[in-house]
Amino acid sequence: MTSSPEEILRGLFDETLVGNAPRVLELTEEGLALGMEPQTLLFEALIPSLEEVGARFERGDFFVPEMLIAGRAMAGAMERLRPLLAETGVETVGKFVMGTVKGDVHDIGKNLVNIMLEGAGFEVIDLGVQVAPEKFVSAIEEHHPDIVGFSAFLTTTMPMFKANMNALEKAGLRDSVVVMVGGAPVTQEYADAVGADGYAADASATVKKAKALLHEKRAKVTA
Amino acid sequence: MSAPSVAEPKETRLRGTSREVVIGHRHRFCVIGERINPTGRRIFQEQLRAGDLSAIERDVKAQVEGGADVLDVNMGVPLTDEPELLRKAVQMVQSLTDLPICIDSSVVEALEAGLSVYQGRALVNSITAEDERMAAVLPLVKKYGAAVIALPNDHDEIPMDADKRLVLAEKIIRVATQEYGLDAADIVIDPLAMPIGADTTTSLVTMETMRRIRDQFGVNMTCGASNISFGMPARHTLNAVWLPMAMASGLTSAIMDARTPQVVDAVKAADVFLGHDDWGMSWISAHRAKQAATA
Repeated sequence: MTSSPEEILRGLFDETLVGNAPRVLELTEEGLALGMEPQTLLFEALIPSLEEVGARFERGDFFVPEMLIAGRAMAGAMERLRPLLAETGVETVGKFVMGTVKGDVHDIGKNLVNIMLEGAGFEVIDLGVQVAPEKFVSAIEEHHPDIVGFSAFLTTTMPMFKANMNALEKAGLRDSVVVMVGGAPVTQEYADAVGADGYAADASATVKKAKALLHEKRAKVTA
Repeated sequence: MSAPSVAEPKETRLRGTSREVVIGHRHRFCVIGERINPTGRRIFQEQLRAGDLSAIERDVKAQVEGGADVLDVNMGVPLTDEPELLRKAVQMVQSLTDLPICIDSSVVEALEAGLSVYQGRALVNSITAEDERMAAVLPLVKKYGAAVIALPNDHDEIPMDADKRLVLAEKIIRVATQEYGLDAADIVIDPLAMPIGADTTTSLVTMETMRRIRDQFGVNMTCGASNISFGMPARHTLNAVWLPMAMASGLTSAIMDARTPQVVDAVKAADVFLGHDDWGMSWISAHRAKQAATA
C-alpha cells in the first residue's frame, strides 16, 4: 500500500483496459486515500484507458466483450467518483440523452454506445427502449443535454427519427440540442434525410462524432 | 409413473415454383440463406435504390451452391419503395431458383406485395407477440396460405428469461390458431438468439427456450444464427459450433450464412448424429459431389 500517484494512474489505466473491475475500484480508493484529486484519476487514467479500448476496437484488436468489461470497470470507479466530482464542480465532457425510439425494443447496440460515451467522460442519461417523442422532449427539457441520440434497429422504426425531430421542432428545442442517430439499418444518407446533425456506424465512432459535434457547437456559441 | 408428455413434432411445408421443403424435428435441418439482404451492404443498397437488382443473381447462385434449402429475401433499404422492390426481388429470385422463399420485411405492405406475386408456399418473416403486428400480418399469412416466423417478444422488451419467452410463444400459437385459423405447423418460433459477446449467459437461455418449445408445442423453430457471434473474433467457428448445439436443443432451421462451407458442413454433420440423415447418405453424396468437383 505504498503506491505512488504515478503507480496508481498507471495501474488504473492498465486494469481498466483489461476490465478488472474490483482492482480498478481498489486503486481508485487508494488514490483518494493518497489525496489524489478525483478529476486526476478520471482524466489522467480512466478516460485515456477507455479511449485506448475504443482505438483497439476500431483497429479490430479488441472485441465487444472486452469493451463491455472495460466499460463496467470504469463505471464502478465512476460510481465512487461521481459525487466527489460534483462537489468539486468538475464539468463532464458533455451531457447525452439517449434512447431507442418508440416501437423498437432493441438495446444491445445502444448500451454499447452508452458505455463508450461514459468512458469518454460524457454524462449519459439513458431513457431505455420504446421512447416516445414526447418523452425525448421532456427529458431534454429536464436535463438540458448537449446531444440527444435516437437509436433504431428496424427499417420500420427508423421513421420515428423524423417524428422525434418534429416533436423537438414543435417544442422549440431543435436549436438547443445536437441530434445524433444510429442503429444497424441507419445510414448517413438517412441521417441527412431526417435532418440529424450526426450519424455514426458503431460505438467507438459515435464517441468521436459526438466530441466533434460538441466542439463545433461550442465554437459556434463562442464565435 | 408416466413419462412427461411431449408434443407431437409438427412439419412446416414450404414450396417454391416446384420444390417442396419440409421443416421438422425428424427432418434434416433447413438452411435458410440470409444473403439477399441489403443491411450493412452499402453498394448493394445503392444499386437497389437505383432499381438495379442484378446483384441478386450472384447471391442466389452462391447460396444455392452452398447448400441453402430456402432463401430469405429482404429489401429493407431506407427511403425506397420497399413493397415494389420486394415484389420485383421475389419474382426475380423465383425465376432463378425453384427453392422456397422466406419473405422478410418489417413493412406489412412489403410482405403483402411479395406474397401477392409469390408462386408456392412462402415463409413470412416475421411477427411478434404484439397484437397489432399479429392483426396486420396473420390475415395475409392465412390469405396466401403461407407459414410465418414468430418472435416471442412484445411491446415492452425482448425477454431475457425462458419462462417469459414460453408465455409469449404460447400466446402467439393460441392467437394464430384460434383467432386467425392458422395451423400450428405453420408457425415457426424464433427462440431469440442474442449475441454471445454482449452477455455470456444468453445462449443457455435460448437453448432452454428451444427445448421447452419443442417439448410443449412440437412446433418448428428458426433464428438468425449469424447474430450469435456479433462482436467476436473467428465468427465462423462460433457459428459452426453453436448451430449443432442449438439443433440438439430443438432448432429445426436457421437463417444463416449458406456461403461458408465450415458453417454449412457443421449443420450437415449434426444431421447425421441427430439421426436426421439416414445412413448418412446425404453426407456421403455431398462428399462425392465435392470430390467430383475437384477431380
